[in-house]
Amino acid sequence: MAQIQPSSPTPDEPQGAPRKPGRRAVRYGVPVAVVGLTAATVGLVPALADTGGPDLPDVTAEELVAKVAGAETDQLSGTVKIKTDLGLPELPGSVGSDGGGPFGGGPDGESEAPSGEKGKDGEGSSPAAPEGRLMQLASGEHTLRVAMDGPERQRVSLVEKAAEYNIIRNGADVWAYDSGSNSAWHTKAEPGAHGKADKGSKEGKYADLTPREAARQVLKAADGTTSVSVDGTAKVAGRDAYQLVVAPKKAEHTTVKDARISVDAKTGTPLKFTLGAREGGNPVVDVAYSDVDFGKPSAGSFDFKPPKGTDVTEAKPEDHRGEQKAKPDAAPGPESFDILGEGWGSVAKLKAPGALGAGSEDGDSQAESMLDGFTEKVSGEFGDGRVVSTRVVNALLTDDGAVYVGAVTKDGLVEAANAAAEK
Amino acid sequence: MSQVETVPQAPRLRGAPGFLGSEIRLTFRRWRTVAMLAVLAAVPVLVGVAVRIQTSDGGAAGGPAFLSQITNNGLFLVFASLAAVLPFFLPMTVGVVAGDSVAGEAGSGTLRYLLVAPAGRTRLLAVKFAATVVFCFAATAVVLLAALVTGVLLFPVGDVTLLSGTTVPFAEGLLRALAVAAAVALSLVGFAALGLFVSTLTGSGIAAMATTVGLLMTVQILGTVPQLSSVHPYLFPHHWLSFADLLRDPVYWDGLLRNFGLQAVYAVVFGSAAWARFTTRDITA
Repeated sequence: MAQIQPSSPTPDEPQGAPRKPGRRAVRYGVPVAVVGLTAATVGLVPALADTGGPDLPDVTAEELVAKVAGAETDQLSGTVKIKTDLGLPELPGSVGSDGGGPFGGGPDGESEAPSGEKGKDGEGSSPAAPEGRLMQLASGEHTLRVAMDGPERQRVSLVEKAAEYNIIRNGADVWAYDSGSNSAWHTKAEPGAHGKADKGSKEGKYADLTPREAARQVLKAADGTTSVSVDGTAKVAGRDAYQLVVAPKKAEHTTVKDARISVDAKTGTPLKFTLGAREGGNPVVDVAYSDVDFGKPSAGSFDFKPPKGTDVTEAKPEDHRGEQKAKPDAAPGPESFDILGEGWGSVAKLKAPGALGAGSEDGDSQAESMLDGFTEKVSGEFGDGRVVSTRVVNALLTDDGAVYVGAVTKDGLVEAANAAAEK
Repeated sequence: MSQVETVPQAPRLRGAPGFLGSEIRLTFRRWRTVAMLAVLAAVPVLVGVAVRIQTSDGGAAGGPAFLSQITNNGLFLVFASLAAVLPFFLPMTVGVVAGDSVAGEAGSGTLRYLLVAPAGRTRLLAVKFAATVVFCFAATAVVLLAALVTGVLLFPVGDVTLLSGTTVPFAEGLLRALAVAAAVALSLVGFAALGLFVSTLTGSGIAAMATTVGLLMTVQILGTVPQLSSVHPYLFPHHWLSFADLLRDPVYWDGLLRNFGLQAVYAVVFGSAAWARFTTRDITA
């Protein structure tokens, strides 16, 4: 059979044109060029956008801090990206943000909720209850959408794969809605309580959902042990911003390198917050607006009525207050709580009800080898214990049941424990 | 023209719109296509009946997205069904149609007749691609309609609760369902181009279909390997589930736009690769 060659009549090629050997290569060059162009665009555009911060008038650190403190941004809506890399020990069964698989599915978030949290108060373990959901933010990458209109109306939406988790506050009502399990959670806020801002402790900073709250926490802690400086300008979410650097001073054992806060030049609203670890690498916490709008959010954003067929859990206001204190590192039901040292090197001492280390001594070796997997044995004047390490927060669990937690190195913990033992 | 009329496929070449039209008719007249569409239509029915039977337990937890909302609103069967068929079933049918588009003609010996006519290889390829994209939309529409009918028959319908907890009237929910279906169909365009490229590589329709579907499976499996997470954003199914972002209030466009951008890049890259291959190769069958 006769071959039909590509030079057969086609409108875009002259009839009977001789086949040039290079033509095939040229044509294959088209897809290659497209790939190259795309790669260049993806790679270069952010790089070009990053070159050099905007030109802004100089400010001193004090002026900038005052600006942040005085920022009265009451109306705002935007998207916040949270990236956390705490370096938590890998636990079996924990799923990353990418773990939904091709089917997506709602409930993968629920599996991350620690089961101990649910068993604690017996009832009120609705999948829509905020405890476990906010803890999710302590690992991986998450997208939040926030809207606020004054201190009484706020909304935070945790964007998940084909699902969403919302916390909506409108006046005295606080609702949480989980679309994956189609369940809602409701409580009454005390009239005086203005959001989470005044409640968060230093350890609770992962629960602070906007860069502003995170920045305020750090600035509040700024005293003699902290240096505050301005480090140039940057563009965040398309807006001009100053960079404020808060770094620990005279704290040899701290694991924190610095906290960087990008402050919007116009409104004084912090737009980005990163916490760097002394050991380097990616920021431990990176909270930033990817887009932000200081206009009034539409009023409908804060209306919530539980839809028909939704499981609604009513929580008592006490439960709600208890939830604010829930911390990722807190041992269940500590009997006592002391702060040793001050500033960045401070260590919290808790008395755990059961001695964790002692239990495994006489237990089977399998449990101990598993414990060895993510802890490290240390000993000192306080006795023997084990250290659980993350990139910033380390914890020392002694055999006699004390727990030392702090943003300090292992040596710092041992030192603090020794000092406590001498007393 | 007399030369063309002697060819069995002559009616195909009556002019540009007719060319595409006959290509589409050819695709949908195949028993294979009809069977695939029937299977796609059966999925929402099966899901709906299964959920209906299970309703006594107070709704199912887990499984594909949106499953728990179906009992409250039949419209959610549309979203649940699309989420269920999107990872494999739906693209598999697209892979079969795309893989067969050129290679099938070559395998049955009809490609050479198509090329004798003065339609041009570039145009022939464009028409093949267009017909495949039309199939993407048709297949999605079949799932949408089957799910809608099943949902309305088996479950209550009414105001729709969006993912954000906002309630919108049923009409707006329906509109969003249409937008979701369009987004799903557009999600398949990149894969359709990939299938077309594979189709130009071989003279065997079966080989092209198997390769295309095999590629789909491989990429979907790669997408679940956490160690390859740096590659994931460049795999064509990576943003497929972003259609759900249309059900947020306000709509969250990030993932959708990224999905459409990725599909466009795939379409251009593999479309031009198919063109480079098809316009320079010797057709022997």
